[in-house]
Amino acid sequence: MSAETPMPKDAAISLHNIVKEFGAGDQVIRVLHGIDAEIRSGELTYLVGESGSGKTTMISIIAGILYPTKGSVNVFGQDIYSLSDNDLVKFRLDTIGFIFQQYNLIPTLTAAENAAVPLVAAGMKRAEAVARGRDMLDKLNIADQADKLPRQLSGGQQQRVAISRALVHEPRLVVCDEPTAALDAKSGRRVMDLLREVALAEERTVIIVTHDNRVFDLADRILVMEDGRITHDGTEMPDY
Amino acid sequence: MTWIAIRMLTGDRQKFFGLLFGVAFSALLITQQLTIFLNLIERGATAVYNTPAANVWVMDPVTRTTDVVLPLPSTALDKVRSVQGVDWAVPMMRANANVRTPEGDLEGVGVVGIDDATLIGLPSKIIEGSREALYEPDSVFIDEVGAGRLFPPGTSPIGERLELNDRRAVIRGIVDINPSFTSTVVFYTRYSNALNFVPGTRNRMSFVLARSAEGMTPKQVATRITAATGLKARTRDEFAKDGIDFIIENTGIPINFGITVALGFIVGVAIVGLTFSLFIRDNIKQFGALKAIGVTNNKIRLMVAAQALLVGIVGYGFGVLAAVLFIYGFENSPEFKGFYVPWQIPLLTAVVVLVMILLTGWLALRSVLKTEPAEVFR
Repeated sequence: MSAETPMPKDAAISLHNIVKEFGAGDQVIRVLHGIDAEIRSGELTYLVGESGSGKTTMISIIAGILYPTKGSVNVFGQDIYSLSDNDLVKFRLDTIGFIFQQYNLIPTLTAAENAAVPLVAAGMKRAEAVARGRDMLDKLNIADQADKLPRQLSGGQQQRVAISRALVHEPRLVVCDEPTAALDAKSGRRVMDLLREVALAEERTVIIVTHDNRVFDLADRILVMEDGRITHDGTEMPDY
Repeated sequence: MTWIAIRMLTGDRQKFFGLLFGVAFSALLITQQLTIFLNLIERGATAVYNTPAANVWVMDPVTRTTDVVLPLPSTALDKVRSVQGVDWAVPMMRANANVRTPEGDLEGVGVVGIDDATLIGLPSKIIEGSREALYEPDSVFIDEVGAGRLFPPGTSPIGERLELNDRRAVIRGIVDINPSFTSTVVFYTRYSNALNFVPGTRNRMSFVLARSAEGMTPKQVATRITAATGLKARTRDEFAKDGIDFIIENTGIPINFGITVALGFIVGVAIVGLTFSLFIRDNIKQFGALKAIGVTNNKIRLMVAAQALLVGIVGYGFGVLAAVLFIYGFENSPEFKGFYVPWQIPLLTAVVVLVMILLTGWLALRSVLKTEPAEVFR
């Protein structure tokens, strides 16, 4: 754990007996086997595991985009799967920032416009939203790339735009799916440093799905998953 | 989110122009073909519309159109004149003849014999010559399109002598009429001249043209004429419609144009549907990301609707504009003389384009709505 990391506070996210099954009838496959976990604010939490271990399913459930078969997910005091579909969508818009492995930027929008998307989705006027998108890019040191299209940016720059998009509306939870997978070691390290510097705050929780062992040392907490269960919960990575 | 939707679409220029082309091509084809169809079948009524003075046409009961005629006995004229409510009635003869062209070729023509005394039946627009010139011996007036067909460009046919059914005819005027369905060259002459130009059977009079007296509608007068004479009497509009219906019922034109219009729609749906699906497929990850971020399905629907609407409006505009330019660009050509684009056709095309974009937009939207936001993590 790095020395500058804020101290963990209250549990921001609670998972109770989360079960997730795919398929139907004889073809049912259980991916998560009754997971209980708590994730605190102010921590950079890594979700680590081999392919097929269930980490993507788990982060999808935490992010409110995949209904669990059983169990409840409490995010900042809200049982998110008791919300109506529309309320859950609004909850995601207000509360969660997403960073995807492949960035998923809109190729025909500039970096500043891409960064502004959550604000526009929330109903903010275009000019104001884009201005705030530019401010966010500035914080991530790519203000000079604000008017470029994603294809004109390097992988690392695109991921910074994606981080800007995830943070522009100041969400309390940031979920990242393999944010360094498409980057070289140097760029990946820089992106993780940025996430620590910019995303992490006392009132914010950052969960990162990764199997990039080059950046394990930046985690405050590491949850290791195997076969749909959490097999390790600690500040350092066990043998992996 | 609308501007984001529009930027997503217009930023992918290849697909955007593909979509525009699909809609524009379809709108062009539908508008142009429907316009040509409508104007073509309306030519079945041009002989009626070229004679605006008469509002009642009287004929033998078996006569169907101005070109499918069983002649009347000459006594029919007096019978019609004697019907109460008839202001005036004049004879008209319509017949076919052959004319030797100045180059020596043979051309089938139409001869219209009009009332000697009043010249009722002569088209109102005379391009060259005067009405009185028709009283000169062997005088005929030729229609403008016919003059262009029989005589070399740049030469005036006025004063030219022709052999009309082996009789001398002298062209002394040019009239402006819309061509008939068969685009036959038409000669107008006095009724007495026409009898000489076109020898035939005992009965020679094709129609009695009548006008309803003041205070009577053409329909009332037509009914009275039929009751009093046993002849068939049609108002101008009815008889014009008879000519149009004859073409619809007796030619393959409606089917052929209908097929072309249907093809325009199908090709449009195919191009637009395929391109739109490709566009959505290419952007499905982005749509998934938007859904994950917190964009509702309703906003996604609005985004796709905005994209479809933009393509529909711009494509429709280009297509209809091209069709209108085509029609008016060829208005001086004999084949398209008198053609116009009635407002109903662009409106109908708009409805077809709307159906097209609703259909293709709905198909594209289905795949977006089916996309689970969780798929962006896979």
